[in-house]
Amino acid sequence: MTASISAPVEVRGLTKHFAAGTGLLRNRSRVHAVDDLTFALRAGTITALVGESGSGKSTVARLLARLYDPTSGSVLFEGNDVTSERSREDVLRYRSRVQMIFQDPFGSLNPVKTIRHHLSRPLRIHERVPRSGMDARLCELLVTVGLVPPEKFLEKFPHELSGGQRQRVAIARALAAEPTVLIADEPTSMLDVSIRVGILNLMLELKERERLAFLYVTHDLASARYVADIVLVMYAGQIVEQGPAERVLQRPLHPYTRLLLASVPDPAAGARERIEVRKGLASAAVDPPAGCRFVERCPLRVGICSEVTPELVAARPGHSARCHVTAPSPAIREDNHVESAHPALPR
Amino acid sequence: MTAAMTESQPSMAAQQDTLIRLQNLTVAYGDVVAVDGVDLTIGAGEILGLAGESGCGKTTVANSIMHILRPPARIAGGGILFRGDDLTAQSAEELRRHRWRNVSMVFQSAMNSLNPVMRVGDQFVDMMRAHERISKSGALDRAGELLDLVGIDRRRIRAYPHELSGGMRQRVIIAMALALRPELVLMDEPTTALDVVVQREILQQIRDLQAELGFAVLFITHDLSLLFEFAHRIAIMYAGEIVEEAPAARLRDEARHPYTLGLIRSFPSLTGPRERMTGIPGSPPDLSSPPHGCRFHPRCPHCTADDTALYRLQTTVRPVLRDIAPAHRVACHLVEQRG
Ligand SMILES: Nc1ncnc2c1ncn2[C@@H]1O[C@H](COP(=O)(O)OP(=O)(O)O)[C@@H](O)[C@H]1O
Ligand SMILES: Nc1ncnc2c1ncn2[C@@H]1O[C@H](COP(=O)(O)OP(=O)(O)O)[C@@H](O)[C@H]1O
Ligand code: SF4
Ligand code: SF4
Ligand SMILES: [Mg+2]
Ligand SMILES: [Mg+2]
Repeated sequence: MTASISAPVEVRGLTKHFAAGTGLLRNRSRVHAVDDLTFALRAGTITALVGESGSGKSTVARLLARLYDPTSGSVLFEGNDVTSERSREDVLRYRSRVQMIFQDPFGSLNPVKTIRHHLSRPLRIHERVPRSGMDARLCELLVTVGLVPPEKFLEKFPHELSGGQRQRVAIARALAAEPTVLIADEPTSMLDVSIRVGILNLMLELKERERLAFLYVTHDLASARYVADIVLVMYAGQIVEQGPAERVLQRPLHPYTRLLLASVPDPAAGARERIEVRKGLASAAVDPPAGCRFVERCPLRVGICSEVTPELVAARPGHSARCHVTAPSPAIREDNHVESAHPALPR
Repeated sequence: MTAAMTESQPSMAAQQDTLIRLQNLTVAYGDVVAVDGVDLTIGAGEILGLAGESGCGKTTVANSIMHILRPPARIAGGGILFRGDDLTAQSAEELRRHRWRNVSMVFQSAMNSLNPVMRVGDQFVDMMRAHERISKSGALDRAGELLDLVGIDRRRIRAYPHELSGGMRQRVIIAMALALRPELVLMDEPTTALDVVVQREILQQIRDLQAELGFAVLFITHDLSLLFEFAHRIAIMYAGEIVEEAPAARLRDEARHPYTLGLIRSFPSLTGPRERMTGIPGSPPDLSSPPHGCRFHPRCPHCTADDTALYRLQTTVRPVLRDIAPAHRVACHLVEQRG
């Protein structure tokens, strides 16, 4: 396995299953929260992981942050499989390089500690600066995330800041460890719309200036389009479509991506079709049988969809989907003539 | 039940028949004047969207209409008329009847407010029996119908809240708000915590129910983009004041207030060119000492010292809402000057 500098993180066949149900209702069933994911996070690239709630996005983020051990599969950091590294030093080293930002900027900050405390802690833990350089580095971090003048913010407590400012502090804290990879799990969903743009712009700046590899987890496709280079669409534990952001979002292949797109409020979109209200996501990843996990909700389904599990197939260069109809594998196409069986896709 | 989301023409009835009229409404929490001289009407059967950033006073407006303000909040001036009757002059008993029968409310983060140890159906029964004489089985029947109406299998009446997804809990809350067939339903950020697909399902459903049952909706959100497709009319609130108001399609295409334009430029689009956006710099003011003159002036891109006369106006004189076209009102000195 060659070390790949351009892709600091790669995951191969990453899988996480949980026991389904809770407490007394817990049974033998397994939720395939993350099932056989393979992708890379490249330096200077924002990869958006999109899908409805329950599709498995946060589990991916937590696996990457090593908050969970995978059921199977591996996480490579700079080419080395870190899945089996268990010593405290190894985990600490990994965590300093791969930092996570959470959804709720308030929940992730200690209310009785100042901003100085929050930012100096990672600097000390990861031994990033000598004591004498501490103040200068703290100010530098605050400036990086747009909290200026920095002196004004150092002695404040989280409740004295707005939601957007708190999320900036959380990002500064993540940056303190000098990571090469940032995992942001719905970092703007608790923020006002007017403040979201600022955080998204900050992500773009960090990507360009610091050449960070970003995983941006969101259900907001418009914001994914705004920041992302690559989009991974996740449904019921699987990646169902992936490719360059503009291709996936402007010329989607998978019916699920199309459903997500149709759900986004978009004033510029004009008259739009109604979306079909269907259920099934919650159960689609529980002991999934063979076949497509989206079949219950899919307007394009054909006979084989409930029998044969679709593979990720590159239907266009660099753009693949897991769908017998819109991205059939050569074998499926031959056997089933599916391409002639469905009307041309609009859009 | 097939009204398309995109039919956003206000019904004629809405314009003729005013359900709620806020007249110069002023609400204060101690020294903090959270709602300052708001004039607003909601017509029968109309969906009025109320948008603005957090802290602008939206929830306070809804709480005033519902008449559930608690100290330190008090109505410091103006009136709230429901079909012409001033609520501020009514007795406690009259107001009790007003709530849920005339006007009901879906509270902010309501889906977490269901009682976790009580079956959904029993929560319906309690709520209904607190407001009208109805037998327990009658109330349960109605609860079943209401669940059907919002797209939840009526057998779920026996479910506990934790057995339902977030989207289903929010639908239960909406069904409860419809239980006493109110003429107006106040919805305070009902979809903010939900993902896009569930949000869209719920908006579609509210729209269908509204068309079928004819109630009016005051829909509060910080996400203006939702309202263009969903509301008939939209009012924009900033720092305790309404700064612009227009039919939804008109606001989308011809908004004039710099704050409204800033909000519109804050959300990325799925179509059109991918261009860098700036959002609105700064944040809403502390309402215990709002800026003089136009409250938006510290954040407004058009407030510069270049035009001395205008600058003086912007920083000293409070702009008032004026008609610039039929049903389109704006409070801005610049718009007033340029016409
Ligand atoms: N710690 C856990 N124990 C059991 N099930 C879990 C756990 N975390 C997540 N799940 C289940 O895994 C699936 C994916 O959840 P999650 O990764 O949180 O999705 P998302 O972030 O896309 O909403 C869901 O069905 C969820 O209930
Ligand atoms: N219970 C309260 N006590 C004191 N001030 C309050 C209270 N509730 C709200 N406020 C103030 O009133 C203003 C408007 O709040 P709110 O109506 O909740 O706005 P929005 O719903 O637009 O976020 C805020 O600036 C807030 O500080
Ligand atoms: S494989 Fe079949 S069911 Fe699955 S998304 Fe494609 S058409 Fe739909
Ligand atoms: S009055 Fe002046 S400062 Fe206020 S919104 Fe209009 S242009 Fe901006
Ligand atoms: Mg999540
Ligand atoms: Mg509010």
